[in-house]
Amino acid sequence: MTEYSSILLENAVNELSRLPGIGKKTALRLSLHLLREDKSRTEALSRSLSLLREKIVFCKKCHNISDSDVCAICSNTRRDENLLCVVEDIRDVMAIERTSSFNGLYHVLGGVINPVEGISPSDLKITSLIDRMKIEDIKEVILALPATIEGDTTSYYIYRLIKSENLKITTIAKGVAIGDALEFADEVTLGRSIMNRTPFDNG
Amino acid sequence: MFLQQLKLTDFKNCPSTELDFSEKINCFIGNNGAGKTNLLDAIYYLSFCKSYFNNIDQQNIRHGCDFFSVHGHYRRNGDTDLVSCIQKRNHKKSFRFNKKEYDRLAEHIGKIPLVMISPYDRDLINEGSEVRRRFIDGMISQSDPIYLDELLKYNKALLQRNTLLRQFAESGRFDSSLIELWDEQLHKAGTILHEKRHSFLKTFIPIFGDYYNIVSGSSEEVDIVYESGLFDHPLINALKSGIDKDRQLRYTTSGIHKDDLQLMINGFPLKKFGSQGQQKSFVIAIKLAQFEYTRNIMGFKPILLFDDIFDKLDDQRVGQLINLVSQDSFGQVFITDTQKQRIGRLFDATTIDHRIFEVQSGMVKLTIE
Ligand SMILES: [Zn+2]
Repeated sequence: MTEYSSILLENAVNELSRLPGIGKKTALRLSLHLLREDKSRTEALSRSLSLLREKIVFCKKCHNISDSDVCAICSNTRRDENLLCVVEDIRDVMAIERTSSFNGLYHVLGGVINPVEGISPSDLKITSLIDRMKIEDIKEVILALPATIEGDTTSYYIYRLIKSENLKITTIAKGVAIGDALEFADEVTLGRSIMNRTPFDNG
Repeated sequence: MFLQQLKLTDFKNCPSTELDFSEKINCFIGNNGAGKTNLLDAIYYLSFCKSYFNNIDQQNIRHGCDFFSVHGHYRRNGDTDLVSCIQKRNHKKSFRFNKKEYDRLAEHIGKIPLVMISPYDRDLINEGSEVRRRFIDGMISQSDPIYLDELLKYNKALLQRNTLLRQFAESGRFDSSLIELWDEQLHKAGTILHEKRHSFLKTFIPIFGDYYNIVSGSSEEVDIVYESGLFDHPLINALKSGIDKDRQLRYTTSGIHKDDLQLMINGFPLKKFGSQGQQKSFVIAIKLAQFEYTRNIMGFKPILLFDDIFDKLDDQRVGQLINLVSQDSFGQVFITDTQKQRIGRLFDATTIDHRIFEVQSGMVKLTIE
């Protein structure tokens, strides 16, 4: 006998509590909430989750999350295609978009170099970044990676690979919350630091 | 600032006690194991949110009891601040300033500066270089937030580089460009840390030398020599030229994590050539210099604790120390000793404000006021 009176309830609780930030108690509360609600609500929820997993694609240019092969940002002709902002993950794209201070394109690396976590440059979308530099008409690259030693090291690694005479390489102000502290990032500060970026000189 | 009143409940072997202290010198007298040191540890708790001796808070609850509490009333410029530490069994430690719970214990550190001088200070002489590095790191961080920041960066970069060396050794492949990334980071942070250590010691060593002469009553020549590979080569060069060795050993063999302090007396290493008494005076002088350094940067006098320091020191040196800390440049002092008569004799001869407490199996009573 389990602590729940139904094996179906127990399964739902187990699945929900595997999500980050959800404990068994919360999972139980959510499950009971769904049971109290109209049946169609739960169907809509499970359908949207299944579709999310089945249909979502990653943009083949910038690796942002997308509904089509090329995302809405990359296919928007009004965006400045000379300007490319390199970020750690998709949440950073969302944070920068919220500031409405940036009108260029993105490149999502999918992490930063971190040997302790087993992440080496080949695990990141760096090769495709180099390819983009060759094909596209990019005049400035903004390195907007976290202000940690790993973020810094990744910026430096990319800088060494892409630097050339005709390319401007810049970075956002040090100490601006990006990456893990993103949820607390203040839009005005982040927006300002994207507009007032400084040359990246490994200093 | 001084500790006016201390209230303990079921802390270590002490069931319950309430003590009012002198603004100047307080002595706890009792046999070994009576609980004198526990009283100092309670005072230490209120400054550093933890025990000097036992990092497991739960184990400081008196045997068979449900919680301990330590409350201190501190007087500063006519105001009283109440600092409380409460540890219930199987609960999180609760730490309060004027009855308000701290979100982070780190916010409290530094509010009530304190220097503890104890027999464990001998570790500075006898243990590995890590103990000496931790000592100066702690002191510089107190006044220089950039130092702590760079130190954390350096340690992270070091961990990453060592991990990479190990991964390369295990997989049999090697990519020098990946190692060089971390070399850059180590070089940047390491150079800053090296310069800050160097300039800190330049200020610290003369203060230390003066105290050594006072404590030892002699004019022996003492020195603390800062040993660092960064005096010879920029770190980036050392990392590059040492890469073959590093690959073989699978860790980083050069950098400020290899720095050491060589403690010297009359031009020879203290550990090998210093007598027991010289060694003792040496570490006491280091801690007194720490007191003065902290006082200078904080702008007020830390509380000073002497734990069983007078053991093995002759009466004359003990007298000298008491005279020293009686001076105005020192603030409130707590002392433990086993010899009731000696302490009585020393204080009979002075006019300095003091209180003597007798400690017997966790019970404390005031004997002289
Ligand atoms: Zn895209």
